[in-house]
Amino acid sequence: MIITMKNLRKELTKGILKENPVLSLALGTCPTLAITMTAKNAIGMGIAATLVLVCSNAAVSLLKRFIPNEIRIPCYITIIAGFVSIVQMLAKAFSPVINKSLGIYLPLIVVNCIILGRAEMFARKNKFIPSVLDGLGMGIGFTVALLSMGIIREFLGNGTFFSIPVFEAGFLEPIIIFILPPGGFFVFGILIALSNKLSGLKKDKKKNNATDINCADCSLCKTH
Amino acid sequence: MLKSLVSIFLASILTENYILSKFLGICPFLGVSKKLKTATDMSLAVTFVMVLSTCATWPIYRYLLLPNGLEYLQTTTFILIIASLVQLLEIIIKRYSVALYNSLGVYLPLITTNCAVLGVAMLNIEKGANDASFGFFHSIVNSFGAGIGFLIAMVIFAGVRERLELCDIPKFLKGLPITLIAASLVSVSFLGFGGIIENLFS
Repeated sequence: MIITMKNLRKELTKGILKENPVLSLALGTCPTLAITMTAKNAIGMGIAATLVLVCSNAAVSLLKRFIPNEIRIPCYITIIAGFVSIVQMLAKAFSPVINKSLGIYLPLIVVNCIILGRAEMFARKNKFIPSVLDGLGMGIGFTVALLSMGIIREFLGNGTFFSIPVFEAGFLEPIIIFILPPGGFFVFGILIALSNKLSGLKKDKKKNNATDINCADCSLCKTH
Repeated sequence: MLKSLVSIFLASILTENYILSKFLGICPFLGVSKKLKTATDMSLAVTFVMVLSTCATWPIYRYLLLPNGLEYLQTTTFILIIASLVQLLEIIIKRYSVALYNSLGVYLPLITTNCAVLGVAMLNIEKGANDASFGFFHSIVNSFGAGIGFLIAMVIFAGVRERLELCDIPKFLKGLPITLIAASLVSVSFLGFGGIIENLFS
């Protein structure tokens, strides 16, 4: 593939809207639901995952010639785990508050299917620069999706925006259920419905075949 | 001892359900819950791997990583242990029981990247660090309870989804959105268990 500016821009922007990993591909649902109680957490998670995504995409695309095809998945997992450990240490050192509120979900970036999925589907077939941009774009798309979930849930469930109260005390009673687990499922469902609606019904034919998202569809498992 | 084990077991099924309140293992929950049979098989495989991986990761963390100051390798070690364990299990099952392989084996590769399995292994370590009495047996019971909780959530949700098939759903809600909204309602019902464990033994 010839690298042109246009191609590069496409790699960067496709992850944000058209192929948004969360809203249109329904990958990485666990962190999307679990840590979006507040917008701050969502941003922390988004940045951490983006960092890992960019680094692992870069490493996989640089190492693609040296990784034997048969054992590539374990290799990718090891690479990703390395970067996740680095991000964990960085988070511990520079923002212990975020580290604490993300808790176990920070190391669980290792099994986030977005990251392995991009390594498998994109980085191992592409050159360094497109891979980095793809990782960055997907990471931004992930962050945007998390942030919108976080803002909605925090606003409805706690009445605040980035922990700043929006209303005077007693003006509106916050609907606490939105920061509880059921609210996560609900807001996520509505957001996906909205994004389906907005992206038009042109994907409808395709969608009907793929209504049930399935782990088995993920490229990771098809290799077995 | 027994009392605390029972309360850990019940808590990990009801109040700390891994799917519905901790959001671990959402992919199989949404992906494999369409039929009751596959949902049950998958959950049994998950339960088995959870207990097995706890048996392997807990001693390694406690006796190898912790004394040597290698806690930061936790993530890498655990995922590699789980991945190789699952691979090994697949080979063994394939060799000795084709019937079992056909019903469980297909889910094994999925389980490697199931965050519930890695999650339960890590949460056991975390709980052990916060509470010295939370030892190896507590961890095993916690993992087993997590697996059973997973099974219960999957089975309930498979039933809900079978009903959903017959409903007239607005076009833009079809597929994933309505599934998530149904999951939200199931999750509300599990909120009702809040506080039950603390009061059960007092």
